[in-house]
Amino acid sequence: MPSLAGLFFWMNIKLENIKKLDVTKPLKLDCGKTIKDFPLAYETYGKLNNNKDNAILVFHALTGDQFVTGTNPITNKEGWWVTAVGPGRAIDTNKYFVICANVIGGCMGSLGPKDINPVTKKPYGLDFPVITIKDMVKAQESLLEHLGIKKLLCATGGSMGGMQLLQFCATFPDKAFSAVPIACSSSHSAQNIALNELARQAIMADPVWDNGKYVLKNVQPKNGLAVARMVGHISYLSEKGMQEKFGRKLQEKADYEFSFNADFQVESYLRHQGYAFVERFDANSVLYITRAMDYFDLSKQFKGGLVEAFKNQKTKFLIISFSSDWLYTTKDNKDIVIALNASGADVSYSEIITDKGHDSFLLDEPEFLKTLKGFIDSMYEKFKNEKRI
Amino acid sequence: MKNLKMKKEFKVIADLLPNNTRVLDIGCGDGSLMHLLRIEKNIEVRGLELNQDNVKECIYKGLPVIQGNAETELHQFPDKSFDYVVLSQTLQAFYEPEKVLKNLLRIGKSVVISIPNFGYWKVRTKLLLFGEMPVTKTLPNTWYNTPNLHMCTIKDLFNFCDEKNIIIKKVVGVNENKTSLIRKSNLEIKNLFSKVGIFLIS
Repeated sequence: MPSLAGLFFWMNIKLENIKKLDVTKPLKLDCGKTIKDFPLAYETYGKLNNNKDNAILVFHALTGDQFVTGTNPITNKEGWWVTAVGPGRAIDTNKYFVICANVIGGCMGSLGPKDINPVTKKPYGLDFPVITIKDMVKAQESLLEHLGIKKLLCATGGSMGGMQLLQFCATFPDKAFSAVPIACSSSHSAQNIALNELARQAIMADPVWDNGKYVLKNVQPKNGLAVARMVGHISYLSEKGMQEKFGRKLQEKADYEFSFNADFQVESYLRHQGYAFVERFDANSVLYITRAMDYFDLSKQFKGGLVEAFKNQKTKFLIISFSSDWLYTTKDNKDIVIALNASGADVSYSEIITDKGHDSFLLDEPEFLKTLKGFIDSMYEKFKNEKRI
Repeated sequence: MKNLKMKKEFKVIADLLPNNTRVLDIGCGDGSLMHLLRIEKNIEVRGLELNQDNVKECIYKGLPVIQGNAETELHQFPDKSFDYVVLSQTLQAFYEPEKVLKNLLRIGKSVVISIPNFGYWKVRTKLLLFGEMPVTKTLPNTWYNTPNLHMCTIKDLFNFCDEKNIIIKKVVGVNENKTSLIRKSNLEIKNLFSKVGIFLIS
């Protein structure tokens, strides 16, 4: 693949030194196109043991990447799931071998819309094929093959990561001994699609976006992308959580300024989140990934619906939802439980009571982390015994 | 003491269930019964439990449990998806026990229900002689904080099954460590001397 350096001056990102697998096997995408010889960027934590029975695959969410824990070498910030993954954490990297890959369509080293199209020798932009959750998951299967892992101890992920996981289990029913989909849904609701459309429209309304051709000019539609991120951040918090965190507090001032500056703390927070995001994420990637989420409807892929999708599942599931999550509600998660039950799968379910909304899975939420740890540790004991027999 | 008594009841329930079957435990608590069934009878267990701490406890033990309310969430289990459904000492706590029971019979090929027997002589005496709502080891709560909304006796449940054409396969009465088979012929006396009744119905 051609070097990406230079195309990314606005991010000042060097992607050469990260782990990448060159996926040579052609991947036929849902849209009909085929990609081959493409990079899949990934990171691993901990050590794969000799029995190869301690591997845990993590699927990241919309704006996540492969840098789950520790320090993200690109942004120099903490990995996105340090609360759950790391030495001594719920997913203990002293004990388990944790793998995470950047999704295709993303912008942290895996093939995405900012990469060079081998046909035109220019960045893809909107010539990049529309990808689906299933395409993302299929691409990642190659990584397991590469790492020599026949069966994962566990696969997990929250939000879009959970959707990838459901797809992974449906497509590869014998690849994971256990699975923990967190705060997700088996299909995007009208409200989910609407919020994503809001994010996309914000990007597309930015004149810099220029039909996705901004990549040719080494610029980024920062304003549109920042608004898109703000939409996301609102949806990740609950009303109560937001009220408690910000209320009507003013941002470093005693009274209103009678202007359109960020008077309120909540405004300042959103602006900060929005503009921090543009430093590390590609606008076209947001379009492609949100589209993949909107197209996700697991029941549509199988005649007979969701129950059929989980037929013959040997994987042991733990579904977790958060009471104040209005993006992927308890009901959305329970529908998955019902389908798994109906298909006779081994499924556990827990609803964590919290005010912290969808974001809960990324936060230090003790009840959630204890449940996650308890499940994975007990599954490890079982998996070891099963392998011994 | 309470724990020991619980174990006796679980032992009776375990004895009613054949090996290698699929069992759903409604209100499975911390998973003690599920654990027993899995270890001793190689039964494929599933639990439904409302309390968060209990759910966590089950998950720690590697027991599959779904957090939910049996009163409102039994619809998620398909018809005849389990060989047996177990409901241990909670029938009387539902708003609509008849509806719950109907659901259990839909989900399981057979159902095992245990009830604290309101016909037990100590319970009867308390109300008859002292004019107070009975508080016993099996019914430890007072009238104002009891979760029990629909108390019944072994005889009541017996008659109920007859009335609703529910087949009674076996009824076991439990008093401390003693168990005895209850039939129509000895129903009156067993109803007086059993603390807990365990019904196998379908």
